Amino acid sequence: MSDFDLNVNGAHLRVSAPSEETLLSVLRNRLNLTGTKYGCGEGQCGACTVLLDGRATRSCLVSVESAANAKIVTIEGLEQDGKLSPVQQAFLDEGAFQCGYCTSGMILGATSLLHEQHNPTEEQIVEAMEGHICRCGTYPRIVDAVKQASRLLAQGVGQ
Amino acid sequence: MNRRHAPTTESEQSISPNRSGTSTLDRRDFLTVLGGGLLICFTHTSTWAQESGRAFGGHELPKELSAWLHIAADGRVKVFTGKVEVGQNIRTSLAQLVAEELRVPFDTITMVMGDTDLTPWDMGTFGSRTTPTMGPQLRTMAAAARQMLIEVAAERWHVAPAGLSSAEGKVTDPLNSRSLAYGEITRGKELVKTVSNAESLTAVTQWKIAGAAVPKAEGRDFVTGKHKYPSDISLPEMMFGAVLRPDGFNATFVSVDTGITEKLPGVKLVRDGDFVGVVAPDAFTAQHALSTIQARWDVPAQPSNQGLFAYLKNNPETDQGDGPEHVSGSVTQAMAAADLKLEEQYTVAYIAHAPLEPRAAVAEWTDGKLTVWTGTQRPFGVRDELMQAFHLPSAQVRVIQPDMGSGYGGKHTGEAAIEAARLAKAAGKPVKVVWSRSEEFTWAYLRPAGLIEIKAGARRDGTLVAWEHHNYNSGPAAIGTPYNVANQLIEYHAAKTPLRQGSYRGLASTANHFARESHMDGMAHIAGMDPLEFRLKNLTDSRLQAVFQAAATKFSWGRLKSTPERGFGFAGGVDKGGYVATCAEVEIDPATKRVRIRRVIQAWDCGAIVNPDGLRNQLVGAIVQGIGGALFERILFANGRILNPHFAQYRVPRFSDTPQIEIVLVNRKDLPSAGAGETGLVGLAPAVGNAIFAASGIRLPKMPMAPQSGVPGEPSFRS
Repeated sequence: MSDFDLNVNGAHLRVSAPSEETLLSVLRNRLNLTGTKYGCGEGQCGACTVLLDGRATRSCLVSVESAANAKIVTIEGLEQDGKLSPVQQAFLDEGAFQCGYCTSGMILGATSLLHEQHNPTEEQIVEAMEGHICRCGTYPRIVDAVKQASRLLAQGVGQ
Repeated sequence: MNRRHAPTTESEQSISPNRSGTSTLDRRDFLTVLGGGLLICFTHTSTWAQESGRAFGGHELPKELSAWLHIAADGRVKVFTGKVEVGQNIRTSLAQLVAEELRVPFDTITMVMGDTDLTPWDMGTFGSRTTPTMGPQLRTMAAAARQMLIEVAAERWHVAPAGLSSAEGKVTDPLNSRSLAYGEITRGKELVKTVSNAESLTAVTQWKIAGAAVPKAEGRDFVTGKHKYPSDISLPEMMFGAVLRPDGFNATFVSVDTGITEKLPGVKLVRDGDFVGVVAPDAFTAQHALSTIQARWDVPAQPSNQGLFAYLKNNPETDQGDGPEHVSGSVTQAMAAADLKLEEQYTVAYIAHAPLEPRAAVAEWTDGKLTVWTGTQRPFGVRDELMQAFHLPSAQVRVIQPDMGSGYGGKHTGEAAIEAARLAKAAGKPVKVVWSRSEEFTWAYLRPAGLIEIKAGARRDGTLVAWEHHNYNSGPAAIGTPYNVANQLIEYHAAKTPLRQGSYRGLASTANHFARESHMDGMAHIAGMDPLEFRLKNLTDSRLQAVFQAAATKFSWGRLKSTPERGFGFAGGVDKGGYVATCAEVEIDPATKRVRIRRVIQAWDCGAIVNPDGLRNQLVGAIVQGIGGALFERILFANGRILNPHFAQYRVPRFSDTPQIEIVLVNRKDLPSAGAGETGLVGLAPAVGNAIFAASGIRLPKMPMAPQSGVPGEPSFRS
């Protein structure tokens, strides 16, 4: 067990964990930030996606040690002063979920994409989101939500 | 903790079952626990009798009174149902139906679902039964409540009830310009009413809240990560458990060495016969501890994918009675006389549900009472499993089902619940168990594999005269043909399955539709007829005709001509009250033979639509999920082991697999609402197969039709 100082959603959190424990496990099981989901533990489904220094990262493939120097943003950190982020708002407006278990990862994946590419084409969205599984099959609405979020961002909503 | 599911004193006691079976509930008890609210009770009704047609595991239907609906003094409405929300959106659609009948705003309603201490007994959430059974049940209760509120207000005002109306959570006396909020009424005089099924329900044509595209209840919690799924539940002092799995199915212990494990600090080893598990203060340590156990197993030789379908045909399950059989006329004679004949074998592989949230449970023992939070479609079934496993009466077991990361028919059972309870009992603390992805692929159950053999005959003009359909192992759902055929022999043959199998979204409806609709396409081809025209010639079901026409029109069916690179296919059918027609356009790369589904039009009729937005979401989801089983999903296995228990090896549909999809809804407000969670899945595979045939002339009589290349013996198509 070692102590790590994590920067999670703007807060400095000290956590004691084995250095090889995954960030996903630490977030969920030690910090009770359960919005980040376990889906496969192998980087194949995207449910555990968080932002590390702004980039979508599979938290099941990252050790807590290697995440200690990064700014970590989870789904719990996107809402600001009770206001949803444009991507969250777009997912809600489009009803882009069924069971919703993949939604946190989808939203963070889309947030990362829109940070790098403000106005992605449908092909770019599909390519960027391909690593995310929605077993309920809500893909068309998720693509629509990402496009809608892109429009909201262009209008300066939530910025 | 999930506040939504936290027990409240009022409702916890209010549904305590009265086993006398008569309306002799202690009125004073009700009034005490409800604190002046309004409680609606009912006696055994025909709605339950409908479900009783498929009573599960010999479970007797409840005859005791149960509470369904409670109106608090502040006007908040609580609705209690044993159904569970798994993404199919019934938390929203059932609340719409109650709001409509009760005349309250949608957002005053809280649905309390799938909690065995709080909700009436329920068989489970499967078979597309929620909308056709629980819908009318709750509508009836709400309509009765509304009528009672009017009567109480009339009494208080000393006016006739007929002159009063109710809307927006109030009873209004228009003549005297006065109104009373429901909460004010229930606070004034407590009431208990026994409800018959004769309550008059609001006509669908008058619906304002039901029938509307109301957004998902509590949708905001799903985009903020606040919603607590079963695997998110956390309790004070909770420990984490993990269970040792055998090396294969039907394995027997040879030896186990837990010497290292037992010395690990903070780790508790739990051993009970073949059950070996560990409990640790954190999940990482639990997994590490598990990995230190040295176990040796003897795994017997067992069947594999090779020869599976012959195995299923040659190994009938004799203990199990066969499913429904349809026999009419003489298929033998009709086939002998038929001008056109076609015989084909269709196969369907085992596939996995692979819900993104694997099985998970948190168990807590308090003063001998066991409470388990778990993801299941059958909370009461899991309660039964726990009662049996721990020899407990029902009052000592509570199962709570937080809205889960779906199931698709795959979470009828309580494996994780039992494991967590076992470990928690040994540890003396609450324990959480979350299955890994490979555990979920390996130790859950699968959609049955099957062999379907069809022989059909027709006259030269395309009139079907004979239809023989045998399904080995896959199941009897939707095995009967909706087409008019005078001579039929249709039979389901239960088989000894080499792998654990069970329910799945749509059950065998997908397999039977795939075989039947592929065969219809083949028959149309040898008759030289357009596939749609051939179907319509042999069809008199007007609802099926209507969705066929609706899909064909939207797809421009008659104007499309298939080429080697682009095929157009049609399929449809009916099951569980849902009528579906699916048109698919596929693209085949001439060089690589890669198959891509480019466009799908699906027409759908399930009677009166309760929520068109939720319905479209379900139908699009069913189509996308159907792509997996149609083209590439399959479990590979040998000698008691699953060979592809990872998403890297077991391919599920992803963004790039998704075609352009359009849904055409046929809203039959004149007909009762049927469920829509399953039958939307059944048209996709045959429509795609028929499109591949139209393009290439090659029939792929197997699901999946185009698994990834690299497996010997597969044809040249790739997904």
